[in-house]
Amino acid sequence: MALNTEEMTLNMGPQHPSTHGVLRLELRLDGEFIVDVKSHIGYLHRCFEKHAEAMTYPQVVPYTDRMDYLASMYNEFGYALTVEKLLGLEIPERVEFIRVIMGELQRIASHLVALGTYGADIGAVTPFLFCFRDREKILSLFEMTSGARLLYNYIWVGGVARDLPPDFLRLTKEFVEYFKPKIKELNDLLSFNKIFIDRTANIGILPKDVAVNYGITGPMLRASGMKWDLRKDDTYSVYNKFDFDIPVGDGRMGTVGDSWDRYYVRILEMEQSLRIIEQAVEQIPDGDVSSAIPRRIKPPVGQVYGRVENPRGELGYFIVSDGSVNPKRIKVRGPSFVNLAIFGELCKGHMIADVIAILGSIDIVLGEVDR
Amino acid sequence: MIFDFFAKLTGSEILASIISALLPLFLFILPFALIAVLLERKVSAHMQDRLGPMRVGYHGLLQTIADILKLIQKEDIVADSNDKTLFNIAPLLVFAGSYAAFAAIPFTSSYIGSNINLGLFFIIGISGIVVIGILMAGWASNNKYTLLGAMRCVAQMISFEIPTLMVVVTILMVTGTLNLNELTEIQSGFFWNWMIFGGAVPGIAKILLIPFMIIAFGVIYISTLAEVNRTPFDIPEAESELVSGYHTEYSGMKFAMFYLAEYANMFAVSAIVVILFFGGYQSPVGYLGNSIGLHWLIPIEQLFWFTFKGVGFVLLQMWLRWTLPRLRVDQLMAVCWKYLIPIAFVNLLIVGLITLI
Amino acid sequence: MKEYFNNIYLALSTIFIGMSVTFKHLFVPAVTIQYPSVKPQLPTRERNRLYVNMDDCIGCLQCARACPVNCIEIETVKKIPDEDLGLTSNGKKKALWVTKFDIDIAKCCYCELCVFPCPTDCIYMTDVYEFSEFERGNLIYDFVTLTGEERKEKNENYEKFMVEKAAQKEAELKAKANENKDNSQDKK
Repeated sequence: MALNTEEMTLNMGPQHPSTHGVLRLELRLDGEFIVDVKSHIGYLHRCFEKHAEAMTYPQVVPYTDRMDYLASMYNEFGYALTVEKLLGLEIPERVEFIRVIMGELQRIASHLVALGTYGADIGAVTPFLFCFRDREKILSLFEMTSGARLLYNYIWVGGVARDLPPDFLRLTKEFVEYFKPKIKELNDLLSFNKIFIDRTANIGILPKDVAVNYGITGPMLRASGMKWDLRKDDTYSVYNKFDFDIPVGDGRMGTVGDSWDRYYVRILEMEQSLRIIEQAVEQIPDGDVSSAIPRRIKPPVGQVYGRVENPRGELGYFIVSDGSVNPKRIKVRGPSFVNLAIFGELCKGHMIADVIAILGSIDIVLGEVDR
Repeated sequence: MIFDFFAKLTGSEILASIISALLPLFLFILPFALIAVLLERKVSAHMQDRLGPMRVGYHGLLQTIADILKLIQKEDIVADSNDKTLFNIAPLLVFAGSYAAFAAIPFTSSYIGSNINLGLFFIIGISGIVVIGILMAGWASNNKYTLLGAMRCVAQMISFEIPTLMVVVTILMVTGTLNLNELTEIQSGFFWNWMIFGGAVPGIAKILLIPFMIIAFGVIYISTLAEVNRTPFDIPEAESELVSGYHTEYSGMKFAMFYLAEYANMFAVSAIVVILFFGGYQSPVGYLGNSIGLHWLIPIEQLFWFTFKGVGFVLLQMWLRWTLPRLRVDQLMAVCWKYLIPIAFVNLLIVGLITLI
Repeated sequence: MKEYFNNIYLALSTIFIGMSVTFKHLFVPAVTIQYPSVKPQLPTRERNRLYVNMDDCIGCLQCARACPVNCIEIETVKKIPDEDLGLTSNGKKKALWVTKFDIDIAKCCYCELCVFPCPTDCIYMTDVYEFSEFERGNLIYDFVTLTGEERKEKNENYEKFMVEKAAQKEAELKAKANENKDNSQDKK
């Protein structure tokens, strides 16, 4: 006897605990299996690009904070680099070192949120709180430097807002020492847990060529086995002065490019970031941090594209200047937005629980997807 | 026993049976749920380097009472498209199912709701009502998430009854009884008479039984964990996928019923494990009442030991919950059909052979 | 078959490793604090509620111009010549009455861009972070120290002064015109 079955449409989100914000997923289900996924975005659209046209160049900085609110420092970093490229500014070396330290701390903080929420999505709540506990320590470092915990407005065009507070370097060193054993603890508790591996290995496999074709960047691309990191391949700031590796996914628990690889690449990246911070803290020169900040930013007519390796991938700013104090156009290439594009492709044939596992491993921030 | 005592006191058997039926609810399950909810929050908090509830009473001792007061005040929301009858019956059914299991559980040698010969069988049978209640809740809510949760829950609970039953049969082969009181009495004496240490079986068979009893204990503990929907088997209410599973649409006291049922169930399955493998209410080291000659002290001691062991296993459930991630629905089935059932079956065969010695 | 037992072994061993981690944490002191009763020590650079020291404000509008969300509204009136507003603490001469200095703290994005351009360091961010209100209107902070009447008075003074000035000017012009007329008549 043939049973009369039909597909079920399930709307996951925009209010759902694990769509990481206000993403709406329209799932077509055959029982528990996914037939098709459509993602609807735009619930958090705040017109960043349009707003920027009415702002002067320094005023855009607080707006960039609010795109990827988990990696604010890096958004400012990218924006500042791009505008400096447009202006042809020479930046004091101390500023570059401060920016790198901030950027790498921010990378750890952002990855901690990604890993923690990923654990929570899979059902393990304790690692989530452990990750947030350590992230708070980084945020305290940011708070003592810039005064804010989330939206810093610290890295400015031509410099940084303020010099490092006197205790900063010592506390950063202490944090690095504190954090190293915590990575091992996280590995014990979550990464190598058999249930966690079963849930994530061989789920949402993203082959290298598909990843490249979709323009995917960041840890997600590296998990697919592609050694591509803008910090090394299109080096900016003073990253060429440091010795660090680019971790890639090796399919240790399943296939190269599965969710577990995407998860584990982030853990390895945190270790590399710690290495960079250690070196930067040792080598940081003295000097003035605000000498290169221009009084009035009025770039020449022209256009520029600048890109940095955000915790989530390639964050690019395309700025068109018409010679006035306001940018004529700012276009952002957000890594979350581009990485999300492949989501539907990855989900096909998996189960509902895997949708969560895959979405968590992509690590989107809706603030940046919608901007 | 309690029933006779009340029958004599009130002179009416109906009244006596009502009183002795309500006794575990008011003396045990409600206080236990109150404490267990707080315990769960405190245990999870301390595992996560937090403090948990701290405001209501000393270290948040009265937090659960405050929560219940809040839940009572809440509006009882019934959506227009809900199937109202089923929607209202479901929480009652779920609670009744888990509560009925307490009828056959011997708390002490002198208090057992109903000393029936098929006690163990009754508990496993009656907990089937919970499955119906959950499916009802999921269906009546008219919500896709609840329906998915309910379907998962039913599939899971029915599958995991098989390994549970296999282990029960294993015990049955060694002891020859399903009466929980008798089962406990067999394990009297010191702790080496507990089933986990081979029971009170004479000779070499006892030593041979120990490893297989430990395996049997592992199997039944894992499968009861799945039956009460605790992590790593909490997929019916997986909050990251299905929001809250079959009780998404419930609010106020109806939600509290599900909650109460969950905690009552947690204790019920722990109690079964305790009775089967850890000597039920038997003290591991002998009774104080016996040694100082106060015989009325013995039931109190027994109640203490029973609760102590039961809460110990509940704590273990909590510990697991705050450590582990959650399985996927097909992996859950694989755990049941590929691992637990074959292991339980082979175990059953071996234990059967050993008892022939 | 080997994989089968390996799976069981892996599952059990990793679960025990995880459980030992959580067990150890049962005895680690909590990292959280009991917030309203215990408050964290905030760093000196803390960026919270804005405050304006009106004694030092010269009404230069730089903060309002720097603000990316336009949450600062300032209106100023020029002083009349016989008024002396005194000096700011860093020795700048005040030339304007500030009759309106409203900060809509609900709009504020706490970016601190207004603080840096201030020539007298009179606008700054404090570490006060508990200032929620039930009414949104209460979040519009008025920093002007003048009373309503005084503000009106300053405005009127200035207008009166301008009117007088205009009248004076007109009178001068008239006088000049008259002189011219006289002159021309004289020439005739």
